[in-house]
Amino acid sequence: MSEQTHGMVKRDLAPGEEEEHSVGARILGYVVGLVLALLLTATSFFIAGTDLVWQPSIPVALIVLAIAQMGVHLVFFLHITTGPDNTNNVLALAFGLLVVFLVVGGTVWIMANLNANMPPMDHIMMRQ
Amino acid sequence: MLGKLNWSAIPLDQPIPLVAGAVVLVAILGVLGWVVVKGHLPYLWREWITSVDHKRIGVMYILLASVMLLRGGSDAIMMRIQQAVAYQSQGYLPPEHYNQIFSAHGTIMIFFVAMPFVIGLMNLIVPLQLGVRDVAFPTLNSVGFWLTATGALLVNISLVVGEFARTGWLAFPPLSELSYSPGVGVDYYAWSLQISGVGTLVAGINLVTTVLKLRTKGMNYLRMPMFCWTTLASNLLIVAAFPILTATLAMLLLDRYLGFHFFTNEAGGNVMMFMNLIWAWGHPEVYILVLPAFGIFSEVVSTFSGKALFGYRSMVLATMAICVVSFMVWLHHFFTMGAGPNVNAIFGIASMIIAIPTGVKIYNWLFTMYGGRIRFATPMLWSVGFMVTFIIGGLTGVLLAVPPADFILHNSMFLVAHFHNVIIGGVLFGVFAGFEYWFPKAFGFRLDERWGKAAFWFTFIGFFITFMPLYIVGLLGMTRRMQHYDVAAWRPWMIVAAVGVAVLTIGVICQIVQLVVSIRNREALRDRTGDPWDGRSLEWATSSPPPVFNFAFNPDVRGEDAYWDMKARAKQQSLAHETPDYQDIEMPRNSPTGFVCAFFATIMGFALIWHIWWMVILGGLGAWATFVVFAWRDHDEYVIPAEEVARIDRSNIQERRNLVSMAGAV
Repeated sequence: MSEQTHGMVKRDLAPGEEEEHSVGARILGYVVGLVLALLLTATSFFIAGTDLVWQPSIPVALIVLAIAQMGVHLVFFLHITTGPDNTNNVLALAFGLLVVFLVVGGTVWIMANLNANMPPMDHIMMRQ
Repeated sequence: MLGKLNWSAIPLDQPIPLVAGAVVLVAILGVLGWVVVKGHLPYLWREWITSVDHKRIGVMYILLASVMLLRGGSDAIMMRIQQAVAYQSQGYLPPEHYNQIFSAHGTIMIFFVAMPFVIGLMNLIVPLQLGVRDVAFPTLNSVGFWLTATGALLVNISLVVGEFARTGWLAFPPLSELSYSPGVGVDYYAWSLQISGVGTLVAGINLVTTVLKLRTKGMNYLRMPMFCWTTLASNLLIVAAFPILTATLAMLLLDRYLGFHFFTNEAGGNVMMFMNLIWAWGHPEVYILVLPAFGIFSEVVSTFSGKALFGYRSMVLATMAICVVSFMVWLHHFFTMGAGPNVNAIFGIASMIIAIPTGVKIYNWLFTMYGGRIRFATPMLWSVGFMVTFIIGGLTGVLLAVPPADFILHNSMFLVAHFHNVIIGGVLFGVFAGFEYWFPKAFGFRLDERWGKAAFWFTFIGFFITFMPLYIVGLLGMTRRMQHYDVAAWRPWMIVAAVGVAVLTIGVICQIVQLVVSIRNREALRDRTGDPWDGRSLEWATSSPPPVFNFAFNPDVRGEDAYWDMKARAKQQSLAHETPDYQDIEMPRNSPTGFVCAFFATIMGFALIWHIWWMVILGGLGAWATFVVFAWRDHDEYVIPAEEVARIDRSNIQERRNLVSMAGAV
């Protein structure tokens, strides 16, 4: 089995598979990731309760922090890079994101449409 | 102690399921008894049940699918007879039994016939076409198969212990909620799909990884056979879509077991959310089934026309386009649920757009045949039959994709005719073509052509006699799932459909006879070279059946149609005569993990259905312990020595040399 994978010219890395780095460099990577993740989490909790910033911006800020958090996880823990050895992982991620976007976005759109068109009986009564 | 289970669960007052169950039980015990008495049990355990060989697992998948096809087919026959006789009368099936039959028919045909059949063929062939020795995760593969078998077993247990769902094959709430379906039917449905769904997901992950990671030297993406591409697309869809099914059924189960209100009428539940989610899985699901069939047709048409596939790259593009667009059309299953015209229009247009790549494929197959030297062997007959049938099904599909037309036709027999037209004409014809085409590869002898052709013609003609009348009664206003009716105009068509199902049954009998006849004549039908059809891809480059390691050497691929190239080069060079340098080969060891895991999953599933909580814990612990034992294993590979590899490979090479020298003499 193994000889087949080694024999390939452009070797592709699976998630979790490490390139030959020294242990120190790898630990450093994880520590940086952990610190960043904790920082982003702490900031989220801080922003949610504070009155130092303009209130309507809070949800936007939380969304931005959440996306940053995902990015940190992908880069430092799942080792997604833009290198040529990572094409499969990036494509898989892109496909996953597309499907999630289609299903979640589509569902929200469809259900909002259904709710608007077909309110429960008592709502119709109230309108009349 | 035994939860809801007691003697009243056995339907002693209903003769049909009881007799059917008894017959099946006698048959199973008979086979088991024969196996034990003949002393085949150790062989069966060592070589099949614990096997992690992708070819064996593929064969077992197909065997499961074939047995379930007989079960689902019996349901179909019963339904057709019921509708033929139930004019102004109750027919012979009481409503609650009839409702179980159409629910079981749909569930079994999709989840336990079509799915295992295509997954079985992919398992069997894809590693061979890629020129590798196994799938990426061999033991996981075995686990996936046995969990699928668990699901099938639970559905069939429901025949005699308790009842099956009466809710249709997708168990729409609120009918499937506890207040309207208090029995265990829906629980049988949901738990068997949850367990087999895990198996399917595992198979999907495995095959995606195999195609992406394990390809032989030189086999880059644009040299892969079409079947590998459609396998990749189909399994990407499995990985993306099956979690939606699992989550949706989990919510339904939470409603039923723990009093949640996801899909109930009360307490803020939303029934429409279930339709939305289940079809977000359900539409990709039909492409999961039909894409591998498209791959099979591509291989068959190209081989039997003696030409490379026309428009290979456009075929790849069309496959991947279908893969993505299949996630943008699911609302067309519920146009009439109340979404506004803008939503309906967008999804209607997307549904029509997905017909374009499918049309591209049809033209590609036609142009592959154009100018080719066509041999009408049985697989080719199924392929041509598919093109004729599938175009009709596709066109009625585009018609149904027009929302105003759908408002008239939805929930009618027209719809039933449409999806049988695409699933039988597409998926079933496809897997039959693949079965005939790859049978010699799996077993080392061809199938009898005469009986194969008879099976094709009976199935093909029987299909049209059965389902064309359903289009007509649909246009005459007949809705689906009717246990009885009073409209005189429908009656003659229902009788025609019943005659059609009889013709279809003859087709199935021909297939069984074909198998028996071929096994008896196997010496005459023997495939000695491993290349019975003058094939073009790498599965034909090894012997039939292939040795456990598939290839003594990793094939070196230099273009599309890898094996066709090799043959052309070999003829020019009159086969190079150097002695190859054979080496030891490491192969994964067999493991009972899959079987044991599924054994405990069966116990757990059954206990969950009947609320036997101590047994649930027992089954869960057992499955978990099996996994732990497997994770702590020490040896997972064994070595096949170089001499053994050499011995096996030389005999095959000799046969091939004979063939080439004979061809040279002519």
